[in-house]
Amino acid sequence: MVRVLLIEDDPAVAEGLAIGLRRQGYTAEVRHSGEEGLVGVVEFDPDLVVLDVMLPGIDGFEVCRRIRRAGTLPVIMLTARDEDMDIVVGLEAGADDYVVKPVQSRVLEARIRAVLRRADSATPAGRREVHGDLTLDRTALTVSKGGRPIPLAPSELRLLLALSAAPGRVFSRGQLLEAVWEHPFLGDSRLVDACVKRLRIKIEDAERPARYIQTVRGFGYRFGPL
Amino acid sequence: MIGSGAVLRGLRATPRAVLRGLRGLRVRLAAACLLVAMFAALTTAALTYREARGAMLQRAQDSTVHSVRDRVQTVARLTPFPPDQAALERIAALVDPRTRTDHWAVAVGFRDLWATTNRDFGPSEIPTELRDTVATRTATAFQRVHRNGRVLLAVGVPIAFSGPGRTTASGVEVYVMTPMQTQVQEEAALVRAARNGAIPAVLAALVLALIVAGGVLRPVRALQRATRRLARGRLDTRLQVKGGDELAELAQDFNHTAAALEEHDARLRRLEARARAFAADVSHELRTPLAAMTAVTDVLDEDAAAEQLNPDTAAALRLISSETGKLTRLVDDLMEISRFDARAAALHVDELDMAEAVRRCLAARGWRDAVATRLPEGIRAEVDPRRLDVVVANLVGNALRHGAPPVEVALAAERRDDGDWVVLTVADRGPGLAAETLDRVFERFFKADAARTRSSGSGLGMAITLENVRLHDGLIRAANRPDGGAEFTVELPRHARVGAEGREDG
Repeated sequence: MVRVLLIEDDPAVAEGLAIGLRRQGYTAEVRHSGEEGLVGVVEFDPDLVVLDVMLPGIDGFEVCRRIRRAGTLPVIMLTARDEDMDIVVGLEAGADDYVVKPVQSRVLEARIRAVLRRADSATPAGRREVHGDLTLDRTALTVSKGGRPIPLAPSELRLLLALSAAPGRVFSRGQLLEAVWEHPFLGDSRLVDACVKRLRIKIEDAERPARYIQTVRGFGYRFGPL
Repeated sequence: MIGSGAVLRGLRATPRAVLRGLRGLRVRLAAACLLVAMFAALTTAALTYREARGAMLQRAQDSTVHSVRDRVQTVARLTPFPPDQAALERIAALVDPRTRTDHWAVAVGFRDLWATTNRDFGPSEIPTELRDTVATRTATAFQRVHRNGRVLLAVGVPIAFSGPGRTTASGVEVYVMTPMQTQVQEEAALVRAARNGAIPAVLAALVLALIVAGGVLRPVRALQRATRRLARGRLDTRLQVKGGDELAELAQDFNHTAAALEEHDARLRRLEARARAFAADVSHELRTPLAAMTAVTDVLDEDAAAEQLNPDTAAALRLISSETGKLTRLVDDLMEISRFDARAAALHVDELDMAEAVRRCLAARGWRDAVATRLPEGIRAEVDPRRLDVVVANLVGNALRHGAPPVEVALAAERRDDGDWVVLTVADRGPGLAAETLDRVFERFFKADAARTRSSGSGLGMAITLENVRLHDGLIRAANRPDGGAEFTVELPRHARVGAEGREDG
């Protein structure tokens, strides 16, 4: 059973979402503050965290950053619709996806499923690919650079795999949104931009212009050519 | 094209500007001052001239008349009566002094006898009025005569016998003509002097008039500039008040008006901001309980559909679920419109294939079969994808709800003087909109049909559509098609304005 930790300060919202998720076969647990949430991550050992932004004490962004520092546990941010900046900050803090409140538990469940699919995406032909200094293992779902393993969040890994599957081909933000996040084509392309930004920090050389994930002005992104 | 237009405009503006300059206060003030100065100078010169000339001529005349009378009286004593022709000629010769540089022409007459010292000066040359005066009043008379451009003085003196107690006219009349050339020359000098004095005085007056006009106009100009600034919305505009004249009072009045306007404006803004903030706060507070309710609506739907419940309970659950959805949309729309009101709505532009974007929007809502499309390929534009989606969804949704099929969506690219535009039209074959509602369809909670108090929309959809289009610096209008049905036209610039938040590089 998939274990989901809900970190949400409003008890009614948390309970509503927990009821919906349990009905759909998830094991859901609720924590009401950032501090409790971080303890819950250790104690409950969830497969995924649904994290509200506005939390008493340490806020959702900080919780997300701490989870990210500790590993690649998938995180979905719950944001309010009018806090446009929240989405950007949340994505930069390392969230894999975001959901705007109010949300039906069915919609949240679909997102959880998409993120988890990303996390253990089983690609048929397991093989190691070498692109410059990068080594991708599509079966083990690991990435290393110059022999050193790079821990990637599920969305980052899935984006890298999607782009590198067709080196040199240009993907529009809309296409990437559909392929990686399973969002509608016209969804928020900031998901893509934020994820590219994080991915570049991890795999590109800081001093040089991006060579693995290149921007094609007016169209989108492509992997290479190296 | 634009260049030549500007040149034409420039040419057309020039004479108008000149005309306005001529009618301007500065010119009018200067002209008025100049007229006053000219009037004063001319009047002074004219009066001085008249007085001086009168006095001068009078003096010359008097001295001539006196000396003529003296000589005639002297000669008369030596004259026998009645005189014969010889006696008359002697009188004429004796009256003419001859010592003068300008000598007199003398004519002496007694009845029909005439004697003259000058062949050109006969009785016919003597003015008739003068002869009548001398004959009837038996007194010395004189008259100025203009002849051949010269001014002459004609003096007539009757010779009389003076007895004890009475004077008797002898019938002998002596006439003298003498030129007044010297006096005329002096008069000309007088005119020259008056003119030489008046012209510099008038010129000096003109310069002074311009300076004075400038002085009066400076505060007027300042007032004009300040008024224009105020009209542009700079309500903090104030004038410096100098002195205590009428213009200073006007400046003070201006300042009071501007201050009152500013205060009033600030109060209105405060009230409006409070009202808007209240709407935003209410929506915000509504959202948390709604979020909890929304989270469980699918649980309710599922159980209501499972037919294990009392039918009434199932119907109630379905009602709660669907109304929760409507309430959520309403609150969402309220929050969205509040963001526009607070100017917190941000534009995240991306370059999109418009046809693809419209198709995706329709497909996402299951409208592909309900809508006829005319979407030419290859029209790309820099727009905010989410906002474009909202615009298309609201317009098409509105057409499907209130119009009649077929609903048509068309896309076109237009090149105009002010740049490249994308034109999106959404039309239906319904009854169209009443003429008086065409302007009002974008108002909040506007209902075209008063009888339909509720619809599945929030009532804010068109207002949000309008705001989204405006955020793109675009235009939207509602119209009725000539062959029936409503048509909404959205025009968006193909290139986002400079300064819009670009999304190119991560």
